[in-house]
Amino acid sequence: MKNLDTGIFPTWCPGCGDFAIFSSIKNAIGMMDYPAESYFFTYGIGCHGHMCNFLDVYGFETLHGRPLPVAEGAKLANRDLNVIAVSGDGDSYGEGISHFMHIMRRNIDLTLIVHNNRVYGLTTGQVTPTSQKGFRSKSTPDGTIEQPMNPISTAILGGATFVARGFAGDPAHLSSLIVEGVKHKGFALIDVFQPCVTFNHINTYQWYREKVYKLEGNNTSDRMEALRISMEQDKLPIGIFFREEAKTYEEQVATQVSLSSEPVKTDIKDLIESFR
Amino acid sequence: MASIVQWKIGGEAGFGIMTAGAIFSKACSRGGLHVFGYSEYPSLIRGGHNSFQAAVSEEKVGCQVTPVNVLVALNRETVDLHKGELSREAAVIFDPDKTSVDKMPGFKLVPVPFARIATETAGLELMSNNVALGASVAVLDYDIGLLLDVIRDQFKGKGEDVIRKNTESANAGYEYVKKNFPGKFKYKIQRAKSPAKILMTGNEAIGAGAIAAGCKFYSGYPMTPTSGLLHFMASQERKYGLIVKHAEDEISAINMAIGAAHTGARSMTATSGGGFCLMVEGLGLAGMTETPLVIAMGQRAGPSTGLPTWTEQSDLKFVLNASHGEFPRIVLAPGDVEELFYSTVKAFNLAEKYQTPVIIMYDKHIAESHCTVDSIESVEIEEGLKVGENTPGYKRYQFTKTGVSPRAFPGQKGNFFIANSDEHDEKGHSTESAELRKAMVEKRMRKLEHAEIDSCRLHGPKKAPITLIGWGSTKGAIKQAMERLASKGVKANFLQMTCISPFPEKMVSAILKGKRPKLIVENNYSGQLAFVICEHTGIQVSHKLLKFDGRPFYPEEIELEAKKVARK
Ligand SMILES: Cc1ncc(C[n+]2csc(CCOP(=O)(O)OP(=O)(O)O)c2C)c(N)n1
Ligand code: SF4
Ligand SMILES: [Mg+2]
Repeated sequence: MKNLDTGIFPTWCPGCGDFAIFSSIKNAIGMMDYPAESYFFTYGIGCHGHMCNFLDVYGFETLHGRPLPVAEGAKLANRDLNVIAVSGDGDSYGEGISHFMHIMRRNIDLTLIVHNNRVYGLTTGQVTPTSQKGFRSKSTPDGTIEQPMNPISTAILGGATFVARGFAGDPAHLSSLIVEGVKHKGFALIDVFQPCVTFNHINTYQWYREKVYKLEGNNTSDRMEALRISMEQDKLPIGIFFREEAKTYEEQVATQVSLSSEPVKTDIKDLIESFR
Repeated sequence: MASIVQWKIGGEAGFGIMTAGAIFSKACSRGGLHVFGYSEYPSLIRGGHNSFQAAVSEEKVGCQVTPVNVLVALNRETVDLHKGELSREAAVIFDPDKTSVDKMPGFKLVPVPFARIATETAGLELMSNNVALGASVAVLDYDIGLLLDVIRDQFKGKGEDVIRKNTESANAGYEYVKKNFPGKFKYKIQRAKSPAKILMTGNEAIGAGAIAAGCKFYSGYPMTPTSGLLHFMASQERKYGLIVKHAEDEISAINMAIGAAHTGARSMTATSGGGFCLMVEGLGLAGMTETPLVIAMGQRAGPSTGLPTWTEQSDLKFVLNASHGEFPRIVLAPGDVEELFYSTVKAFNLAEKYQTPVIIMYDKHIAESHCTVDSIESVEIEEGLKVGENTPGYKRYQFTKTGVSPRAFPGQKGNFFIANSDEHDEKGHSTESAELRKAMVEKRMRKLEHAEIDSCRLHGPKKAPITLIGWGSTKGAIKQAMERLASKGVKANFLQMTCISPFPEKMVSAILKGKRPKLIVENNYSGQLAFVICEHTGIQVSHKLLKFDGRPFYPEEIELEAKKVARK
């Protein structure tokens, strides 16, 4: 396998969970047989998105909240690509939540990895949709009044065909989830507990270590069971909650060609004649 | 000056006025005649008033005109609303069982019991519009065979019974008028010697142009007046191997199109002003990542929801300046259906050649009007610079003299790079270096500095005592006004701007220099093109004819104003 490092030294804070997610992604790519050029990564804007400079595969650093639609367009136009969207909790559950909700209905074959650090890292630590109630930040000095959203439950109810959660403190486990997610035919969500050592002093490595446990033996084909497990609060399960075989969007669209290889010039004589 | 006969049909929304109008227009274009079919309708599905008028002539007609020579009134309101538009001896066709019409001295009343005839011949009152169409053809002494052919095509695939009911009811309307009102009418249309013409809406012309140019990916979100383009593209998806995606919103639509374009598929999105507001950040993304992208921007009256189904040209300055930051953009302004077709092909070629967004400005008036074209020639595809697999030392954003760097695509062996919304170096990696930043901005901006895009046309004599200026859909009315002026001995020429960014400073300065009066005609409040011309050339346009009530210009209005200005 090709060297996956650009050689640019990662600019994350020492100890940031993003390092582990980065290495888990590289490991996962190494564990699969796809050639390096088959991968296409899109990135959101945030600390997570800086990965675009470190991972040496085809990539597209998009706008804040928009790694999904760019990934969807790319996948629909060239379905031979292994498309992976790297995003943040602010990015995909805040600014870009509409895209998150709709890709689940579509089941486009791509993988979304959310660096869920429960803060806006890059803009210096404001609350996000997944911050705990009461979370104090510069934009909520008295603590946030809003309830956090639960991305795993949302995805299970939203129709996602692969729903998993990893923890940056367990990169080997996370790598295996990424492999499963990329191999899954259809939309895969991998939400990752990612400690932000600089701005989130509540959800720390220590805090997660005390709470997380690995799912084992759960019935991943039962949506209701998955939903129930996803709502657990005291202990936080990681692993695969739900997985289902279903037709992908691409398999069902009328046009069944890989568009990028198509010749450009199109004869439209018939079309024009139909207007006479 | 060619004579124009104008037919108009009006009635309540939901009663098939648009379909009837399109059928009538096609019956005319099949007969080798030129047509301009213009519709007005409120933003309602049921209730409210709809109308469709078709201006028909042996010579090119580029707009609706006054007066109306034959009016089909499907309700009383139609008569009340459009009485003032009628010419002397105009025919008013109506159903006396449904609509009471008072005596109208100077006009020809043609009572035809649409509903009764429809029920008698087809057993369905629903066929009333066919009866009205048949009656119209009889009043105009036109060829009923052509109408019946069009109706037959319209219902092709719906079964013989449906076709028979529709054609028979139309024929019955025709016979009724021939029998009860023989030889009574002043306005006639006649089959021309030329072959059937192409009849298209602006939306269809853009769609056909996109397909001809090899567009493979279209994403959009419904918004009048561009929904017709989305529907057209979707209808051609299978036949031409396109991906057409109705996205969750315009933000997604533009970003999907960018993703698809990035992989090498020629891609397009379309919207109106409100949707374009949502696309603006994506527009900058395409500029920054040098992604070829075509956006069709169909204006309507704004701001906000505005007048959803009415026309305006008030988004020019918005589109020219949309997005933060600076990047090159091409803004085309085709003036009619035929130009929309060719400009769309050009837009795809330019987007790929210069790797930057190209916006096609149009508006409700040409998007939804039906207009005839004699023929559509085959088009040239100009591909942009690309590299093959494993290009040694490949840099996607390499500094070059022209600013254009060859593209590579995900999936190719070797050639790894990233596209980056952050400022970046030649490989695409983020950088905040002052030097690189400056060099990259210059590289991007350089791309259009020497671009050659035919950007304006002078119609009429090279020298004239008055020059009319316009862009986009006003072309038809301005040209018609020029003919009217010429027939009255007033010489005028017309500067039509077809590309507004990059702005053709030298050409426009050369054409507009001198002290003669210049009259700019725009469907907006402030005269946006006049500002743009002044910004680039320092030339102040002396007179403005502006309209922002949602209605398009009629040639008479322009003629009148031009005469006034010329006299001053
Ligand atoms: C449209 C827009 N709004 C706001 C921003 C500023 N911004 C940059 S990153 C960011 C938040 C990132 O949070 P998250 O997605 O959770 O990523 P993290 O930094 O935590 O990895 C914001 C608000 C932006 N770049 N674009
Ligand atoms: S701010 Fe937080 S998320 Fe961002 S790099 Fe530092 S530790 Fe990581
Ligand atoms: Mg975050």
